[in-house]
Amino acid sequence: MNKKSFGSRLVAAPYLVWAAIFVIVPLLMMAYFAFTNESGAFTLANISEIGRYKKAFGVSILYAIIATAITLVISYPMAYFMTKMKVSSQRMIMIIVMLPMWMNFLIRTYSWISILANTGLINTFLQSVGLPKLKLINTPGAVILGMVYDFIPYMILPIYSVMSKIDNSLLEAAQDLGSNGPSRLRRVIIPLSMPGVISGITMVFVPSVSTFYISQKLGGNKNWLIGDAIEYLFGMGPDYYNVASALSLVLMVMILLCLAVMSRFTDDDEGGVIV
Amino acid sequence: MKTFSRIYVALIILFLYAPVAVMVFFSFNSGSSVWIFDKFSVDWYKNILFDTAMMDGLKHTLTVAILSASIATVLGTAAAVGITALRKKVTRSFVTTVTNVPMMNADIVTGISLMLLFVFFGRMLGLSESLGFITVLIAHITFNLPYVILSVIPKLRQTDKNLHEAALDLGCTPVQAFFKVVIPSIQTGIFTGFIMSFTLSLDDFVISYFTCGHYQTLPVVIYNMTKKTVKPDVYALSTIVFLTIFVLLILYNIVQTKSEQRRNSRG
Repeated sequence: MNKKSFGSRLVAAPYLVWAAIFVIVPLLMMAYFAFTNESGAFTLANISEIGRYKKAFGVSILYAIIATAITLVISYPMAYFMTKMKVSSQRMIMIIVMLPMWMNFLIRTYSWISILANTGLINTFLQSVGLPKLKLINTPGAVILGMVYDFIPYMILPIYSVMSKIDNSLLEAAQDLGSNGPSRLRRVIIPLSMPGVISGITMVFVPSVSTFYISQKLGGNKNWLIGDAIEYLFGMGPDYYNVASALSLVLMVMILLCLAVMSRFTDDDEGGVIV
Repeated sequence: MKTFSRIYVALIILFLYAPVAVMVFFSFNSGSSVWIFDKFSVDWYKNILFDTAMMDGLKHTLTVAILSASIATVLGTAAAVGITALRKKVTRSFVTTVTNVPMMNADIVTGISLMLLFVFFGRMLGLSESLGFITVLIAHITFNLPYVILSVIPKLRQTDKNLHEAALDLGCTPVQAFFKVVIPSIQTGIFTGFIMSFTLSLDDFVISYFTCGHYQTLPVVIYNMTKKTVKPDVYALSTIVFLTIFVLLILYNIVQTKSEQRRNSRG
């Protein structure tokens, strides 16, 4: 027995070696670059440089929070309505929601330019009915719209999958005990769907706060996010790797702190935050 | 209430598909604008066949997706078997945490940390070019592994341990028992893991962007094209990719429904 389970544990060895080299070491490497200068000597200069990117950090967090909140408000009723449908339609709607996820997000983002541009579809329409043009592209609103659009399936799907597993007899029991619509929603459905909400929030917030493409395409040069700063610095070449590493390190710590706070709201220990 | 919920769902679907419709529509534009429609034409579709950058990108993307999904499926399935066999809870939760890291980290952090590793070793080995096919492949395997592991582990938990022991009692060697008993009972998990890895790999931009060097995958090619003004050729290419994935997804769904029906009829 012992021998057998030792053997089956051993098959995980290649993966563990892989994870050590390509998951843990790279993060240590990032920390090493963040705390050294170009010649490899210890320094705190990179970390203190971060002060110059305060605004980018602030804007990133603000936009990501707004986008996550909007996504949640739109997705929750959607997931709820989906669970009320026939099983066959539920399946179909799920495919419909998932499908855009597999379309490259660069293109999904870019298509919005066709819609929002100064001579784009919305403004062409407004002009044809005699209304004044609107400034839509290169605004904070466009960046947030891009985030909501790109990441909304990641909010709908986890909420839906948790909600669809809620035992119907619980809802009936609530009704028998005198809970009407709104209070049943507040006291039974919302608490039971919390794990889905939490993973949805995580899966929208993390890519939103760290994005750089959406802000470049829909935000022009004015909505500079932390992802843009990191991408820009890495693009400048090896001399800037140290500062860029420091920024990435801070971004990672910030995200992990957010996730740690979020995971306190769920008591699902083995599946981790994502499942 | 019923009508309201229908309208709501329809509006969300409209929101999800409006940009897709715009993309498909303008891919047939004869002019080179992506917001002023001129005449219907399929010229952009013909054009991309002769666009070497795009075709190379497509080739690179498919190569990396097939290889990384296959390698991650093998490594990840083995890892899942090993992780479920771990008896100490502390070790198991440590390994699970490490597995979750690439999923929790922002893509940009994963991409940059891997790039630093590759550049560091490249310098140590004195290579002139430290990024390329091998590095982007390693990066893709790394971010695919957690998805394979997390889709296989639940299936392993559901399988009856006695089956494996019965196979051993009936004279199977442990290896035979593994391939004849364990693998068939977790194959749906393995298949899901493979499909997820493949699609994630096809779609990845951020991690590839930092690790691919000159071996540009299609999303990186698209990124570089959209830095300049975009012509409908990118839309034409995306329409093709979109339709391919649509067909794959439908096929996957048919396979899944069939296997569920089989399970139901057996039970």
